Amino acid sequence: METLKSCAGDGDGLPVSSVAGKKKITVQQLGFGLLVLAVWYIVYKQLLPFSHFFSYTLLGLDRGSHLGEAIQFFVYDSPKVMMLLTLIVFIVGMIRSFFTQERTRKFLAGKRETGGNVMAALLGIVTPFCSCSAVPLFLGFVQAGVPLGVTFSFLIAAPMVNEIAVVLLYGLLGWKVAAIYLTTGLLIAMVAGWFIGRLKLEHLIEDWVQELRAGEAVVIEEDLGWSDRIDHGKEAVRDIVGKVWIYVLAGIGVGALIHGYVPEAFMASVMGKDAWWSVPVAVVVGIPMYSNAAGIVPVVEALLGKGAALGTVLAFMMSVIALSLPEMVILRKVLKPGLIAVFIAVVGCGILFTGFLFNLII
Amino acid sequence: MEIKICGPGCASCEKTHKIVEAAVAAKGVEATISKVTDFQEIAQLGIFSTPAVVIDGNVKSVGNIPKQAEVEGWLGM
Repeated sequence: METLKSCAGDGDGLPVSSVAGKKKITVQQLGFGLLVLAVWYIVYKQLLPFSHFFSYTLLGLDRGSHLGEAIQFFVYDSPKVMMLLTLIVFIVGMIRSFFTQERTRKFLAGKRETGGNVMAALLGIVTPFCSCSAVPLFLGFVQAGVPLGVTFSFLIAAPMVNEIAVVLLYGLLGWKVAAIYLTTGLLIAMVAGWFIGRLKLEHLIEDWVQELRAGEAVVIEEDLGWSDRIDHGKEAVRDIVGKVWIYVLAGIGVGALIHGYVPEAFMASVMGKDAWWSVPVAVVVGIPMYSNAAGIVPVVEALLGKGAALGTVLAFMMSVIALSLPEMVILRKVLKPGLIAVFIAVVGCGILFTGFLFNLII
Repeated sequence: MEIKICGPGCASCEKTHKIVEAAVAAKGVEATISKVTDFQEIAQLGIFSTPAVVIDGNVKSVGNIPKQAEVEGWLGM
């Protein structure tokens, strides 16, 4: 169990949070927020008409021409996706300030398997995570006594099912694809984690990690007011949107070119429903590739638009995001090779199954 | 004063490093700043989310990038 160490030995005895202080939200701030939201909505609604005006009237390009289609696609999609991304990243940034890794860990430590797998996968959506935080996080889970299978549910869900992927899928492919991705991603995380837990592979964790169980974790709880949470949201936007915008634009650029120039059904023969072998190939090809959700979704959109089957494309996307070589290399420091192999195999099978399932039913 | 920045060397850790350096410079205190990148060493300090800042053996922040004003507060004086 975790012990909560207040900053013992702090010379002046001040708790950390007193430096920042708990800030309350003011009426002006609330009003300003609503105004921003209203302006956001009005601008968002104008994007489609504007893109038509810009491409077909201002530039005088023909509707249906390659260049016209490509430019209209780019001028509509890039601001649309960026605006959606900014809004959602802001909201999720605020929500995340409630779900620190410390709290997640403490919460999951008391859970048993099955129920724990479900909770861990869900928490994976909202807990802040990046591939370089995977190892400390894993260590923290082991130290807190979270079951191995539950830990894996979290490790699978955290990178795969995140707000950026869902927003981009919604913005570019509609709510159905976004919902399918979200649901199957969570299911894979729950089932794969549960299955790994059944295998009883605790001995495949590196020995020095096992010894951590006796130790204590340092926890510094911040006392946050709403104003602080809004700051968290703003920081998330600055950080995440500032980092991914280039991938988004590049992705949409590629999407625009394919949209305008590549013939319809071009991908159907290689990535279509009839090519059953394309699902495993998509998974295998996706493992060494590493991209965040932001970079891959526009490519996915372009593939789908040209006749690739949904299941195949989803399998490719999940494989690229959830099974990445850099993460495996980093996890090797805490897991023995056998467990990494099991992890790849179980998650890979889950993704394969998803791919085949959606090619079959859609 | 001995300051340790714990983290595997990702972007957030680099940012934290810069902020701590700036705070030390602003306060004009004598301090050696070192990086701890080994997961085992970090975990043995009881730290399970990074970046973390440790000053003279006391863990000051875990799992977030501190503000410069905060760090200056920890440096005292």
